[in-house]
Amino acid sequence: MIEIKNLSKTFSVGGNTVHALKDVNLTINDGDIYGIIGMSGAGKSTFVRCINMLERPDEGQVLIDGVDIGDLSEKELRKVRRNVTMIFQSFNLLMQRTCLKNICFPLELAGVKKNEARKRALELLETVGLPDKADCYPAQLSGGQQQRIAIARALATNPKVLLCDEATSALDPKTTRSILELVKDINKKLGITVIIITHQMSVIEEVCNNVAILDKGEVVENGAVSEVFSNPKSTAAKHLVFPEGETEITENAKEHRLRVIFNAAIASNVPIIANMAIEENIKANILAASTKSIGEKAYGYMLLSFPDEKTITRAIEYLKNYDSIIAEEVKNNE
Amino acid sequence: MNNAFSPEKIQESIEILKTEIPFALWETFYVTILSTLFAVIIGLPLGILIAIGDNKGILRIPKPVLHILNFIINILRSIPFLILMILVFPLTRAIIGTTVGTTASIVPLVIAAFPFVARLVESSIREVNPNIIEAAQSMGASPFQIIVKVLIPESIPSLISNFTIAITTILGYTAMSGIIGGGGLGKIAINYGYYRYKYLVMLIAVIILILLVQIFQTSGTRLSVFSDKRIKHK
Repeated sequence: MIEIKNLSKTFSVGGNTVHALKDVNLTINDGDIYGIIGMSGAGKSTFVRCINMLERPDEGQVLIDGVDIGDLSEKELRKVRRNVTMIFQSFNLLMQRTCLKNICFPLELAGVKKNEARKRALELLETVGLPDKADCYPAQLSGGQQQRIAIARALATNPKVLLCDEATSALDPKTTRSILELVKDINKKLGITVIIITHQMSVIEEVCNNVAILDKGEVVENGAVSEVFSNPKSTAAKHLVFPEGETEITENAKEHRLRVIFNAAIASNVPIIANMAIEENIKANILAASTKSIGEKAYGYMLLSFPDEKTITRAIEYLKNYDSIIAEEVKNNE
Repeated sequence: MNNAFSPEKIQESIEILKTEIPFALWETFYVTILSTLFAVIIGLPLGILIAIGDNKGILRIPKPVLHILNFIINILRSIPFLILMILVFPLTRAIIGTTVGTTASIVPLVIAAFPFVARLVESSIREVNPNIIEAAQSMGASPFQIIVKVLIPESIPSLISNFTIAITTILGYTAMSGIIGGGGLGKIAINYGYYRYKYLVMLIAVIILILLVQIFQTSGTRLSVFSDKRIKHK
């Protein structure tokens, strides 16, 4: 378990003090895939670097299994870092070493014998699906393949925690998905706690079970992904969930509006609104919509309008048939 | 100069070259190689220290120490080599026992070259991607491990190419050391060309020096490119 208590960090940039982190408190349980999302400059990178003390916080504690790692000596900290490994946006492989030697690198640092390190590295190449790349140099691989090697390297010392710092931000959507699949797989098979730093909603939706939203150095919302995303309360969360802004439609006092939120519950090829019209003869007018399908599941929201109270109530009833579609009436004074 | 290329002169020059060149070539070669070697032995660690000393992430070196090191390097680099050779006479005598001769010229050459090498190494080490260093730190690398396993191996192509610059510069300096009695091609050029007006001998000695620089530079560049695994070789 990782407990983060009252974490604060300030930088001074050209005479100005920037609060990168302000009194951050979080608890991350073993086996979690915990997402930390925020816009650029929200303090995500500083936050993740405080977890392995690459960045020393000004105040507060990071407890890993009850041990305050801020209190450890540099030497003890190096041992902790074999347990809390990291992957990066730019992969950061050693460019003058082969892939196999890159994976051996953390084992070399830990003083593992050459033969054993090699054996372990070959296993890991298998795990990340690149057994034929052992003798290739990183420059010969694609971005996605480099990230796989970086993941293998991060797993070499059998860590308990894997930190992912914008690990998919430099990759195309398809590669991103395959890397996230791998991370999910590793989490499931090896029980490694994963902390994912990202600015991409889709990354959180795809793999995380818990999420914290970081805004200007503060955690403004946290909890289960489905809860936070289906009902965002803070402005920062709303910006992330509805990036295009949540409708600016002229008021019409007579109509009744319904906000429908899709949260991966249904396949994107089910025509819900059409079904509602055919089966129940409820005619909805779509005022605004921002939906997308990720992994053949629908995400996003729609704003529907109905002519009267009765139809809207029937629509709500009808939508209750679909699990975890959330439908809520939008009051006019909202 | 008018009759420098007369048949007799050419015949005479060929005789001189035949007897002098092989040994001079050997002297130039061994002085250059040994001086470069010692300059690297001193300059490499010095350059690394300066490059990482101000980077709080890797190693903390007290600021005054860094300032002093930088100061010494700058001073040594600003003294013209001709003057430096004479300035270090006491040191040369203390180490070698004499101030004249080929071996004695190694001392001023090393003193002149190591600050230069240190600066070259510093620039190579600074080129290493800081993200890679951070990655190594995140895996629990100690400062020593970062130097030996990350900084040096990652900058090998750049180091080779910078050492090539160093070796060609030192080769030029060895020629100058002919003035204070250092042996080699420089001595031949000065003794025959300057003191005895045998321009042809001087010309040929200079041509050989040019060829040596070409050979060092070309093989250094090839080696640097070949060693760089960031370049996709066929």
